[in-house]
Amino acid sequence: MSGIGEYTVGDPIADAKAPGGPVEKRWERRRFEAKLVNPANKRKLSVIVVGTGLAGGAAAATMGELGYQVKSYCYQDSPRRAHSIAAQGGINAAKNYRNDGDSVHRLFYDTVKGGDFRARESNVHRLAEVSVEIIDQCVAQGVPFAREYGGLLDTRSFGGAQVSRTFYARGQTGQQLLLGAYQALERQIAAGTVEMFDRHEMLELIVVDGRARGIVVRDLVSGRVTTEYADAVVLASGGYGNVFFLSTNAKGCNVTATWRAHRKGALFANPCYTQIHPTCIPVAGDHQSKLTLMSESLRNDGRVWVPKQPGDDRAPGDIPEDERDYYLERIYPSFGNLVPRDIASRAAKNVCDSGLGVGSSGLGVYLDFADAIGRLGRDAVEAKYGNLFEMYERITGENPYEMPMRIYPAVHYTMGGLWVDYDLQSNIPGLFVVGEANFSDHGANRLGASALMQGLADGYFVLPNTISDYLVAGPFEKLTDDHPDVVATREQVTGRIEKLLAVDGDRTVDSFHRELGHIMWEYCGMERTDAGLRKAIGLIRDLKTEFWQRVKVPGEGTEFNQSLERAGRVADFFELAELMCVDALHRTESCGGHFRGESQTEDGEARRDDENFSYVAAWEYGDEQPTLHREDLEFEYVKPTQRSYK
Amino acid sequence: MKLNLRIWRQAGLAHRGEMVTYVLEDVSPDMSFLEMLDVLNERLTLDGEDPIAFDHDCREGICGMCSLTIDGEPHGPQKATTACQLHMRHYKDGDTITIEPWRAKAFPVVKDLVVDRSGFDNVIAAGGYISAPTGAAPDAHAMPVPKADADAAFENAACIGCGACVAACPNGSAMLFTAAKVVHLNTLPQGEAERQTRVLDMVDAMDDAGFGGCTLTGECATACPKGIPLESISTLNREYLKASLKRV
Repeated sequence: MSGIGEYTVGDPIADAKAPGGPVEKRWERRRFEAKLVNPANKRKLSVIVVGTGLAGGAAAATMGELGYQVKSYCYQDSPRRAHSIAAQGGINAAKNYRNDGDSVHRLFYDTVKGGDFRARESNVHRLAEVSVEIIDQCVAQGVPFAREYGGLLDTRSFGGAQVSRTFYARGQTGQQLLLGAYQALERQIAAGTVEMFDRHEMLELIVVDGRARGIVVRDLVSGRVTTEYADAVVLASGGYGNVFFLSTNAKGCNVTATWRAHRKGALFANPCYTQIHPTCIPVAGDHQSKLTLMSESLRNDGRVWVPKQPGDDRAPGDIPEDERDYYLERIYPSFGNLVPRDIASRAAKNVCDSGLGVGSSGLGVYLDFADAIGRLGRDAVEAKYGNLFEMYERITGENPYEMPMRIYPAVHYTMGGLWVDYDLQSNIPGLFVVGEANFSDHGANRLGASALMQGLADGYFVLPNTISDYLVAGPFEKLTDDHPDVVATREQVTGRIEKLLAVDGDRTVDSFHRELGHIMWEYCGMERTDAGLRKAIGLIRDLKTEFWQRVKVPGEGTEFNQSLERAGRVADFFELAELMCVDALHRTESCGGHFRGESQTEDGEARRDDENFSYVAAWEYGDEQPTLHREDLEFEYVKPTQRSYK
Repeated sequence: MKLNLRIWRQAGLAHRGEMVTYVLEDVSPDMSFLEMLDVLNERLTLDGEDPIAFDHDCREGICGMCSLTIDGEPHGPQKATTACQLHMRHYKDGDTITIEPWRAKAFPVVKDLVVDRSGFDNVIAAGGYISAPTGAAPDAHAMPVPKADADAAFENAACIGCGACVAACPNGSAMLFTAAKVVHLNTLPQGEAERQTRVLDMVDAMDDAGFGGCTLTGECATACPKGIPLESISTLNREYLKASLKRV
């Protein structure tokens, strides 16, 4: 194994395959230039889709409608349960229904800027264009968006946007959009174009003659390991936030599908870009298994504060106004409590680090609605936030109408993911990656209400249009289980399962996962430093070694075994964790969700280094050390500026 | 606090199940119910016993995966609360808690507390959608929807497909689940074209999947963590009758 943080520099990525010409014509041009598959040939072509969230569910349904033979996989008991379902806030679209100055160009501009100038202009512009069609599509499916009395769609402004472009379905937008995709998927399942495999987990990618040709999956009920083949493989397996153990992700969310593809040669881009959401319910104790997000919309009316005196243990209501520090309003007078997510999160960390945090752990700040209740009345506050207040009370046992909420940042979304070109194809021909699993559109920081937009854009509109350009060369050679590459890949899977079961040590999988999460949160969380990241890599390596010596996985591989499922996922998180630290270490600038302590302005704000870091860091796997391939970013339309919210 | 847990253990569908009692100490009132089971499973693992299998994923009450019958009630004693959102502060030292899987003919046990709910997917596949292939949509504002209809559709669309309604029903009926989807889609103008086939096909699929008949005991709506109203079943019956008469 190489020294800590070392890597090789490889060839830069010369071409991400975006068409040239004016940015607003590129997507149209690509759709025209992409080769088409004759309708009669589509049914001879097969596609595997891993994951059934917004991106995967939409992609599988749409490709089924087009006539391809689709096989869809999810680890849950039904495709309807993918974690897209938990998104609360809404979905952005440049409809300009409010006549408030919105446009495709403005959404494009806001997204490039919000991503701190680390995303591709071509991709982001396409996303903004397609956003309009997504709303039409979802309404046609019967997604019950909020409406006004005239029967037209309601919108709200979200996440500090100056226009009202966020469509929503109460606090359950993700659920309703996902059910729309799920219902479209079930319709195709009934039509026979999509075959569904629930409670199945992808454990390896099959690559033959340089093309992605299938996957090795484990049936989670019987434990049976099988191989599945297709002409193309689409990964829609979500993000890797659970590397931190505690996050707002579902318990089952994992990196295994993308990490296994990475080990087979797919580049992993910008792994250090993680989004920490500022308003989550704080950790209550060592038993904590996940964190719950409270919608960002609460910051529209709630005021964030901490006591001015460290160790002030009076009840919040007993602390007089002049002994409170409304620190966001103080530091950022023009944006106040509505500063972007990364800034609000880091500010909370800073006040807690200086001993001002509240609650038994000291890791929390108040989000106070007393002023809003006084100004608007309790009924008005209840109408806006009632369901969120109930959720808070259910979890904490405290009534936010009577005492301020306690909140703290938590890992929420990962902007990094497998590298893809403009067609959403990875560097392995035939391997496509959509949704949170790819790295493409959010740069170093994702704006609120943009995750749902990107997942559905990829799944409904982008991938089904670009994948034909690849599939037109198929169908490819028929594979059988005795093909040497297939045999080898399958043996990797069975060998790993046997190895995990054979350790039979004295520590549980969760105890390792928790410890890994602590390391990542401490050193690769809201603020990263050279020394901290180096220390983290050493700790991760030691813990990984210990894992393979001491982990205890009860039961057998050939049965329903939830401990074994978790063990395989945690083993992959160890490897990803080190790459995240290497990426964070090499990027000595601060940008978006990546804040390097060494790169800040005099008043503690993030300082980007465009001269040296205006690129995508795409990492190639190596047994000894990773290799960095840079893809330079060019900004023709939105000129990089330093963000300021003061 | 110290708790006595009576938990259903069953190695698989072909095996006989039984209640097994475990004593768990040092349970914190801040734990969620599932975190309490996590703690028990950590102990069982280190003791060389088989940990308890249970379904869960989002742990924030929206994915519908968790499915525990707690002291005879699906999702436990708290109203409008899934098992994953139930917290231990509602229990006290020395309590005995009985934990079982969903009990219904159409939900066979996979292992311990895990059941197979694929019957629900079959009901949706039979007609729980609006046929709108990608790209075929008119502008979203082409068809206004009265706010009252949109709100009624939403209220029913909030179903998380957990199956508590079936588990609570003495007949193991999936009427509330099916009704929620029929009312969601049949209330909207977009759903009009398939209004009749939808309800007929979904009810057929419900019967085929082995769910029982509805005798309007109302247990389903009481158990529903998302407050799907019992009236939806009346609407379903009305839609079904109208569609049947038309078919004749």
